[in-house]
Amino acid sequence: MTEAGEASQPPARRLGVTRLWRTNAFRLAALYLTLFATSVLALLAFIYWSTANFVEQQTEATLDAEIAGLAEQYEQRGLSGLVQVIAERSAGERSDAMIYLIIDPQSHPLAGNLSSWPNAEVIRPGWIGFPVEIKHGTHQETHAARATTFAIPGGYRLLVGRDLRDAAVFRHRVSVTLAWAGVLTLGLGLAGGIFISRNMLRRVETVSNTAAHIIHGDLGQRVPLAGSGDEFDQLATNLNAMLDQIERLMAGMRQVTDNIAHDLRTPLSRLRTRLEVSLLERSDAARYEEVVRETIAEADHLLGTFNALLSIAEAEAGSNRTSMDAVDLAEIARSVAELYEPFAEEKGLSLTVAAAHPAIVRGDRHLLAQAVANLLDNAIKYTPEGQVSLSVVGDGHAVRIEVIDSGPGIPADRREAVFDRFVRLEGSRSTPGNGLGLSLVRAVARLHGGTVMLAENSSGHGLRAIFTLPASPPVAHSPLPVEELAKAV
Amino acid sequence: MADRASMRAHVAGPTDEAGGDEQAALPPEDAAGYRHAGDHRGKHGDMKILLIEDDKEAAEYLVKALSESGYVVDHAAEGRDGLFMATSGTYDALIVDRMLPGMDGLSIVAALRAAEIRTPTLILSALGAVDDRVKGLRAGGDDYLVKPYAFSELLARMEALLRRGSAAAPTTTKLRVAELEMDLLARAVRRDGQAIDLLPREFRLLEYLMRHAGQVVTRTMLLESVWDYHFDPQTNVIDVHISRLRQKIDKGFAKPLLHTVRGAGYSLKAGD
Repeated sequence: MTEAGEASQPPARRLGVTRLWRTNAFRLAALYLTLFATSVLALLAFIYWSTANFVEQQTEATLDAEIAGLAEQYEQRGLSGLVQVIAERSAGERSDAMIYLIIDPQSHPLAGNLSSWPNAEVIRPGWIGFPVEIKHGTHQETHAARATTFAIPGGYRLLVGRDLRDAAVFRHRVSVTLAWAGVLTLGLGLAGGIFISRNMLRRVETVSNTAAHIIHGDLGQRVPLAGSGDEFDQLATNLNAMLDQIERLMAGMRQVTDNIAHDLRTPLSRLRTRLEVSLLERSDAARYEEVVRETIAEADHLLGTFNALLSIAEAEAGSNRTSMDAVDLAEIARSVAELYEPFAEEKGLSLTVAAAHPAIVRGDRHLLAQAVANLLDNAIKYTPEGQVSLSVVGDGHAVRIEVIDSGPGIPADRREAVFDRFVRLEGSRSTPGNGLGLSLVRAVARLHGGTVMLAENSSGHGLRAIFTLPASPPVAHSPLPVEELAKAV
Repeated sequence: MADRASMRAHVAGPTDEAGGDEQAALPPEDAAGYRHAGDHRGKHGDMKILLIEDDKEAAEYLVKALSESGYVVDHAAEGRDGLFMATSGTYDALIVDRMLPGMDGLSIVAALRAAEIRTPTLILSALGAVDDRVKGLRAGGDDYLVKPYAFSELLARMEALLRRGSAAAPTTTKLRVAELEMDLLARAVRRDGQAIDLLPREFRLLEYLMRHAGQVVTRTMLLESVWDYHFDPQTNVIDVHISRLRQKIDKGFAKPLLHTVRGAGYSLKAGD
């Protein structure tokens, strides 16, 4: 196995640790832990320092009190009294850890529990530190001691001190306790950090696993909710909503693909057959040319269908792909009507337009114009005689475009179906068209948050197409670069 | 899609071969269509076009069809080569595919414009949304044609681009084709001194045709330029507008000016 191969399969446990370390949650926890540990250690250090200080002060205070007592005795009873008191106090076990020694000018001890004047170092003026040997039954211990010394008139010297062992033991105990507290804090913090990040990792992993399933083609998968309504649940809810939307779009795409398969295959095979037959016939140049022309016409028709499908798909794909601006539907209606007016006249129809007042909506001018054009196209195409009217009415909330014709109309049970792609009613097959016009109208309406519906004309004869869009709040018209460029073409 | 486009170009080829010389013998309606292109052979035989297109077949057909139409065509199959050729060569027009290996079409056009090279450029693209078109024009393209297109459409737009330089300046106040006169300031049209009353849209339609006199103007070009629409109406409404205009400017005159070019569009010209 190659190195790369081995690297791609690291031991499972290491993977777990590495992954844990890689998680953001764990890193965050580690950072907090570091900060937390630092402050805990600082706190413990402060406790230790102040405790040690306190113990030291306590020692010195005790010594000060003792010295004051001895000074009093000396004043009242003189040197002999002092020696006697010291002898009394230093008799027996040194349970109170006090150390006394009084010596004469020849350095002979007169009283006290220290055998000789210690060879001491000066800690600070008036204070000395030295080791003392303590007998504990059979074995001896060396303790640190601290003392203060006084010169007594006549060459005598007095030493009053204290065995520091208790203080040392106390300090030691404090430091051990603090160390344990520190270790415990760090341990708990680490465990908590791992727990929290594991927990978060697991929840992120469910999302990630779902995504992996979806990537492998199972679009039906959804992210499970924990039910706690926390931010992970919110994320999951939003992801699921997004997946629903994607699935809907995919279904739409699939429908388009199916439609293309069904409705483009027929003309394509017809086109192919035409070419094949003309090749078999071995006709003359004129016949070939005719076939070629027919084929081009058929290809153009196919392209038209193809483009219409693309336009519908584009409109259905969503609003972010088209430029939405404030546009005047009345102006669009007038312009489209102007485009179709000669066509209506040629068919002997009267086309009336009622779109005097501006009706502002937010939308894509080109798509809206195409939608209105398709409605008008249908109305004029399928109305053999009479009139077609186009009106735009806007109130504060919605803008309604109505196209009313005096044609044969559409049976009530077919009025919804004609919006589907490639649906053409019997009897309209001889009229040019690809059955996509109304599909585009509906896609455009939906893109703009509006609706389109077909109804019976109020006179009971003819069809009434109602295209409704939400009105846009009046805004100041800004120059539209898109429009300008388009005009420059 | 590109293949279909090529098919058209191929079809156009052989038809054109027969074109030029025999044209006079054919009735005007028939003489049109793909033959029309042959009409200009020699007239712009020295016009040089650079085609930057990576699809080999599509390029082959286009080169052939454009050559048949009397242009001298160079071809670059790769973006950077294309830019190099466009920068160094002296071309009268460029046809640039939008998606190319090496360097995409829009970057080429943008680079040329940045270098102050203003050669008229037609961008070919499979992206047909209005926003895509706007992007193409913003990059510096002069016209934008969505694949698949009819070769006649490409040819008509090519001619419009090539003649843009020599066409009447936008500041011109009077246009004239044979005995047809248009006064842009007074918004008046006369033929043989006889006033012709036109609706505003008819006036703009005629103005566009007169500015492109002698060229083939397709229905799509009219819809885009006169109406600012970028979609194909289900019914051919442009034809009706044209026949109305024809009624007004040609009726009662011996020689028609407004001709239908079969399979392509229309042409306003003095000849037959």
